[in-house]
Amino acid sequence: MKESVRFVVNGDPVEVLVEPGATLLECLRQDLGLTGSKQGCDKGDCGACTVLLDGRAVLACLVLARSVEGRRVTTVEGLAEAGRLHPLQEAFDTQGAAQCGFCTPGMLMSACALIEENDQPSRQDVREALSGNLCRCTGYTKILDAVVKAAGEVHQARAAPKGGGKP
Amino acid sequence: MTGRRPVGPAGPGPGSGEGAAFSVIGKRNRKVDGRRKVTGQSIFTDDLQPARLLHGKILRSPHAHARIRSIDTRRAAAHPGVHAVITGRDLPVAYGIIPWTRDEYPLAIDKVLYVGDGVAAVAADDERTAEAALALIEIDYQVLPAVLTVEDALAHPENQVNTFSAKGNVSKQVRLTFGDVEGGLAGAEVVVEDTWFHAGSTHAAIEPHCAVGDLGADGILTVHSSTQVPHYLHRELSRVLELPIDRIRVIQPAVGGGFGGKSEPFDLEFAVAKLSCLTGRPVKILYTREEVFAAHRGRHPMLMTYQVGARRDGMLTAVKARILIDGGAHSSFGLVTTYYSGQLLGAPYRLPAYEFDSTRVFTNKPSCGPKRGHGSVQPRFAFECALDMLAERVALDPIELRRRNVLGADTRTVNEFRVTSNGFLECLAGVERASGWKEKFRQLPFGRGVGVAGSTYISGTNYPIYPNEMPQSAVQLKVDRSGRVTVFAGVSDIGQGCDSVLAYIVAEELGVALDSIRVVTADTDLTPVDLGAYSSRITFMAGNAAIAACAGVKRRIQDAMAQAWSVPPGQVRLADGFATAPGTPSHAVPIAEAFQAAEARFGTLGGVGSYNTPKDVHGSYRGATIGASPAYSFSAHVAEVEVDDQTGQVRVKKIWVAHDCGRALNPMLVEGQMEGSAAMGFGEALFEEQPYDERGLHRGPSLLDYPLATTLDTPELESIIVESGDREGPYGAKEAGEGPLHPSIPAIANAIHDAVGVRLTRLPFLPPRVLAALETRRQAGLSWKGRR
Ligand code: FES
Ligand code: FES
Repeated sequence: MKESVRFVVNGDPVEVLVEPGATLLECLRQDLGLTGSKQGCDKGDCGACTVLLDGRAVLACLVLARSVEGRRVTTVEGLAEAGRLHPLQEAFDTQGAAQCGFCTPGMLMSACALIEENDQPSRQDVREALSGNLCRCTGYTKILDAVVKAAGEVHQARAAPKGGGKP
Repeated sequence: MTGRRPVGPAGPGPGSGEGAAFSVIGKRNRKVDGRRKVTGQSIFTDDLQPARLLHGKILRSPHAHARIRSIDTRRAAAHPGVHAVITGRDLPVAYGIIPWTRDEYPLAIDKVLYVGDGVAAVAADDERTAEAALALIEIDYQVLPAVLTVEDALAHPENQVNTFSAKGNVSKQVRLTFGDVEGGLAGAEVVVEDTWFHAGSTHAAIEPHCAVGDLGADGILTVHSSTQVPHYLHRELSRVLELPIDRIRVIQPAVGGGFGGKSEPFDLEFAVAKLSCLTGRPVKILYTREEVFAAHRGRHPMLMTYQVGARRDGMLTAVKARILIDGGAHSSFGLVTTYYSGQLLGAPYRLPAYEFDSTRVFTNKPSCGPKRGHGSVQPRFAFECALDMLAERVALDPIELRRRNVLGADTRTVNEFRVTSNGFLECLAGVERASGWKEKFRQLPFGRGVGVAGSTYISGTNYPIYPNEMPQSAVQLKVDRSGRVTVFAGVSDIGQGCDSVLAYIVAEELGVALDSIRVVTADTDLTPVDLGAYSSRITFMAGNAAIAACAGVKRRIQDAMAQAWSVPPGQVRLADGFATAPGTPSHAVPIAEAFQAAEARFGTLGGVGSYNTPKDVHGSYRGATIGASPAYSFSAHVAEVEVDDQTGQVRVKKIWVAHDCGRALNPMLVEGQMEGSAAMGFGEALFEEQPYDERGLHRGPSLLDYPLATTLDTPELESIIVESGDREGPYGAKEAGEGPLHPSIPAIANAIHDAVGVRLTRLPFLPPRVLAALETRRQAGLSWKGRR
């Protein structure tokens, strides 16, 4: 029997009827129409489905939908604010970090979790934070470039005195 | 970090801006679909959720080789929530991507040929119901002996895998000889000979294959698919479903990586089409990751013996190759693969005499096909290792040995392919300098080493898959009075960025800002035919078609403004969103006004352009067309490695990648292709293989077991773009998507030799193989860099 689950996704409260075995990824993609998060394997191997659960990067294909009751989920659709790209999105676009773009939503969410914690990551920190996200197109070089660049911008924006400077 | 080294004389190729600075071409522009991709707005096939959608699933064979005695689908059909069930008998037309080797059915009819072969398909309310219904289908199999190795296949022709095969288990055999090979070997002062094995690999695009079929009330069947060849899919759907081709529309949404793994029709596309025709509702099938491994069509395992003869000064005298190819269950592109395994070795070195003898064999495993660098990555690995051995034998620096044998520009290969631009020497010089080669080769301490390798690749094939005289690619333009231009083209963007490349070209030619270009691609109802994303053909062919499509439009705009300004048309410049007459500052209007002036004078503006390949660029022997391309790219890599002689672990620290792409229409995209290619080659060198157990079961069909390189494994990659300016390429451009994969593997092999003195001949270079080779060297009492 389907059961009801309530949580907050990208700032909006939602209530969804889900099968007991339904994953968060299924719920996001099929019930909520949030198809930005991708299914590359449905087994926890590829990272394409990465979303933030209460700010932590998780694999949505391994999380049961009913377990997110009362929690906060952020997907790639929630990264841009008021139509303005997040510095990570801007950097992925301008640095050529998205080729086919299928790994991109997951990469962005893993990178976002990293930058929230550490906005001055070394290249090795970025490698470690993204090591669960597979990309078959890029060889990762431009993804690492983009995350390092975006982190620098986020850091500067945070360090800037309130009201002054732009990210 | 990137250096771009134009090499002269830069033949600019078709396209305006000759001598003048480009506004768009050559710049690090955004991709047209980039912002959609980074926001999750790009629509991939599985993102489509039409109303009344049914979900399909395919039942797959648990046996590698078995006869189907009977199939009973009655219980499945009666299961609540099931709308239709089909078997092979519902789709009884054989198909195959190559018209001469149509040797597969959408679903098996009499016989299954590998574990995972599709047998029946179900459409149901949801995936869970469809899966439950599959379990209710009863199949009586008579298990046959499984043929799992090339040796077994050749020794037992009576155990025939694919009954379409004319001769036992031989899929294709090609033997070609150019020049006096025996004389060249007999006259050689040095001959190196060895046998290499490439284990094969699979594409593993992160997006699994997906298709949605939808028969409309108007009788039009629409198939959305994650294909990289919508045109060929369109044709095969028509043949197999026995529907007129004008009743079918194929649309390719965004594709999450292809690499050749989506370049022919698959069972799911036929199944969703048929199931939709039966139910009158849209039907979607999304492969599980395991099914993607079964669909395969990846790199063929090849066992390759080379004899390479040379003079003592390192000049090659003759090359002779014998190649055995494990093809899996079907032909796929195998006819071409078999030719490519020999035909693409004719550059970048001058071979005075060359012979290859290649045999492709059927086995009861998932079918092999084209993977990035189709058919030529394996021989390139073997041959570039042989060159390294040769350099050692004649005591020459391996870069110098390659330099001496360079083929050069504007010439023909030993197998008579015309070669135009050639920046191979600059590639060698680029990696030699950037890697610090001279200070490193044979001079790093034991356990560390550098290796070099070179390669070449085609910029598309001169002949389409089915013989015809029509253009290989076409572009149509709709030029709007708002200043916007819409580009219609059949090309398939699979992440490589061809939609963007077309936008750059049209923006450059018509002087429109990039944001004012819309690109509509890969929809057989809306876009003119392009043959697809394979053989690295799109930039070259669709790029030329786009330039041709712009020419007439541009002329009309120039004429209209020339009349308005009373200047000669040639003085009207279209660039950066304006029409201007340089020298007269008052003669400048926004491009929309120029479009309006032209529309007022000539009527609604539009353009059509097409491209077809030159046909006189190869020999006249049988097979001479396969491998012929309008232009060839060139690459050279240096890899630096560390080898732990206690654990056998190889770590690749860095790969310097130099690639002659003719001209980089967007260096950022070219680097992306170079880095992605080099990384993919790196993975094949160290990790990837596809082992099957004794029953033909894939040992690890998941992205965990199949070891894709992660951010932690992948070495640092440095791209060096070389621009040789091809006279027939758009603005001089050639391919960049596949060539730079080839040298990775042999460069790593040769670097391992420089590090620890062993020659590894079997891929992948796993620690036990490294340790075994080190042990053999020790047993032989040989030392390396002072170490026993
Ligand atoms: S889809 Fe969740 S990890 Fe692959
Ligand atoms: S961009 Fe294609 S998988 Fe990463």
